[in-house]
Amino acid sequence: MSKNIIFCGVGGQGTVLASRLTAAAAMKEKKQVMTAETIGMAQRGGSVFSHMKIGEANSPLIGKGEADLIVGFEPGETVRQLPFLKKGGAVVTNIRPVQPVSAMIGLSAYDSDAMVSYLKSHVNRLILVDADQALFEIGNPKVLNMVLLGAALETGAVGVEPSDVEAAMRERLPEKLWEVNTRALHYMQNR
Amino acid sequence: MHREFLMGNEAIALGALAAGVNVAAGYPGTPSTEILETVAKRNPGDVKVEWSVNEKAGMEVAAGAAISGARTLVTMKQVGLNVAADPLMSLEYIGVKGGMVVVVADDPGPISSQTEQDTRTFGMFSKVPVFDPSSVHEAYEMIQEAFEFSERYGTPVFFRPTTRIDHGYESIDVKDPGEYKKNDPEGFVKDSSRWVIFPRLSVKNHALIEKRNQELSLVFSGYRRNEILAGAGNYADCRRGIATQGINFSYAMDAMGADHPKIFRVATPFPFPEQKALEFLEGLDEVLCVEELDPVIERALTFVCGKYHLPVKIRGKMTGDVKPSGENSVDSVRESIASFLGTAESAGVAGSPEHESDVCPKLPVRPPVLCAGCPHRASFYAVKMAMEGVKKTLFAGDIGCYTLGNAAPLDMTDTCLCMGAGINMAQGVVRVDPEVKAFAFVGDSTFFASGITGVINAFYNQDSMTLVILDNSTTAMTGHQPHPGTGRTLMGDVVEAVRIDEVLRGIGLTTVETMDPLDLKTCIPEIRRIADEPGVKAIIFKSPCIVRFKPKSGKSKVDPDKCIGCKKCIRELGCPALVLDGDKAFIDPSQCTGCTLCEQICPVGAIAGGGRNE
Ligand code: SF4
Ligand code: SF4
Repeated sequence: MSKNIIFCGVGGQGTVLASRLTAAAAMKEKKQVMTAETIGMAQRGGSVFSHMKIGEANSPLIGKGEADLIVGFEPGETVRQLPFLKKGGAVVTNIRPVQPVSAMIGLSAYDSDAMVSYLKSHVNRLILVDADQALFEIGNPKVLNMVLLGAALETGAVGVEPSDVEAAMRERLPEKLWEVNTRALHYMQNR
Repeated sequence: MHREFLMGNEAIALGALAAGVNVAAGYPGTPSTEILETVAKRNPGDVKVEWSVNEKAGMEVAAGAAISGARTLVTMKQVGLNVAADPLMSLEYIGVKGGMVVVVADDPGPISSQTEQDTRTFGMFSKVPVFDPSSVHEAYEMIQEAFEFSERYGTPVFFRPTTRIDHGYESIDVKDPGEYKKNDPEGFVKDSSRWVIFPRLSVKNHALIEKRNQELSLVFSGYRRNEILAGAGNYADCRRGIATQGINFSYAMDAMGADHPKIFRVATPFPFPEQKALEFLEGLDEVLCVEELDPVIERALTFVCGKYHLPVKIRGKMTGDVKPSGENSVDSVRESIASFLGTAESAGVAGSPEHESDVCPKLPVRPPVLCAGCPHRASFYAVKMAMEGVKKTLFAGDIGCYTLGNAAPLDMTDTCLCMGAGINMAQGVVRVDPEVKAFAFVGDSTFFASGITGVINAFYNQDSMTLVILDNSTTAMTGHQPHPGTGRTLMGDVVEAVRIDEVLRGIGLTTVETMDPLDLKTCIPEIRRIADEPGVKAIIFKSPCIVRFKPKSGKSKVDPDKCIGCKKCIRELGCPALVLDGDKAFIDPSQCTGCTLCEQICPVGAIAGGGRNE
């Protein structure tokens, strides 16, 4: 059986790097990995997701009620993917919304507080991350993906070692970014 | 051999390299683009690879190389095949010497295309054999086999992944460059009885093609990827079977697990492996065909049953058992199979979901939008302002990021059909109503791909319109490929850039104005003036794509003391960096590029700070 993980958010938030690092870490542990992600025009501010299966599987896409973990970069997007979560699955999500343009110009309404309370009442294993506060404390606006990934690893649902994620990060990012990304990865651990 | 985590498109490219491809060409188009990019990136050094100006050009380059004995690869998306159809249809009649694989990425959904056309059907129409991979690792191996078949039978072949294969990732074993096959093409050998298509040659070759495809049907029946899996577990003796293909095979396997009825996976839908199909149908009463796009397998099996008088009921899209259009998913496949097998009650979903989704709060709607600071926003806004109050206007759009100009609040795209179509469609609209002030918007890459002939047609036929070239110096939507106007090639060589203004003047246009769309004050009256001139005029809005060429600008900031909360900036521009904070505008500094568009339209001058830092 595979471990099934969904990364989701809004185009440009860094979901892809989080999913790549997880995949690279799993490969270091000699595990089979498959992913499917949104590419192309939808990335321009649209909803994006990446489905990942670590272990034996045929296709990378996850069915309803089959995900062990959802890593949400945006509360509304987390709710959008919730039907995929299996009973007893875990959710790690940022609580800070990204307002769509359609809401700004008054064509649609988006109540992100309602999303967060919905998650609270529907998910048992829920970890909420306040991105604004986390990024302020870490002192870098661009490491949301590492904060969320660190929290995701904590749940045990990914089944890969943080040290392997860290090693994968070092292979992909320039040395000057290692320290802050490592801090971000362990941020939720120390709470 | 070594293991890599690869995107399907990367695996396809590495497979082609392993097969010793000599020449590769294509035109960008989601979901196919990364194939050629990977060939360029992983080029062992001797592969000639190019972004062609359009798919037809790429197909012709590949054809020339293939009749010279080279192994050739040409890549495109499914609608690109329509552009390349002309050379391909004829090439099939003369055949090739070196293996030639035409990769056409199909897009069920469609997720990022105009149509849901099926290249398997195109294979039947053009008589070109089709290979249909069902996973990333299979795509890697199968494309190497496709080259072998192509060369052995002297025909181009289709290789048609779909989006989920193209953009899926898998950790797979691939060859090291030292293990790649080596091909030394002999070069073109003159033989006009072979390479010059005349009706006489076509008559002769058509007969040979039909014979060859009959033979291929037999050969493919023995091809190991056209496989039959015996029924297993609870369904070991079931008299129902499932015929499937591509990613749907993988969905079906994930959905059913160890208990499954007899399965037929069709890897070569054309020529259809008839003998293998007979073997599959043996002992079955009913078959469900699970496929995306056209009911190709369903039709083929229905035909086989008719031909051999088999009492097997074939079900699928045509019988309403599988949805007729759109993309399948693990869930939709599971549902179709469950109701076919009569286990519908238990099989709504495989897992047990944490909760039911139907009661959740209203989800945010997020259609894709033009990026913050995108110069296209300025171009559309400038034309919109210039033509405000004019009763009859037409804003013909085209294919590219700028198709997003249709969204509110810009609402500046009245038509969009296919690459380059806007120019001639504007002509047609004006023919019917000459009072319409027509604008045809076209991007720089699209202009080169298929806009130039349109301009010549409009100019030659004396129509009136304003051509608007949105020149952002890249092919942005597909991920920033170079094109003839950029002066760079796929392999990074610096070459003479083709100048759009000179092309237009060369055609004969006398009004060709280049403008900076981010300078509204200068643009708007100019646009208005040009729109009123007769004939075909051109405006070139030149401003680089901000994703590719990150501007070194200050960020614009709203002064909350000055802002009167009129929301004009937010309402009229739809820039994703502009949000409302309480009742004042606020600019998200992480998104703002400092393009100053909002600064220019704020009625009280509350926004400042953007603009180029010298
Ligand atoms: S300057 Fe204004 S319009 Fe331009 S990117 Fe910034 S917020 Fe958007
Ligand atoms: S246009 Fe100017 S005054 Fe009006 S909301 Fe925007 S910043 Fe405020």
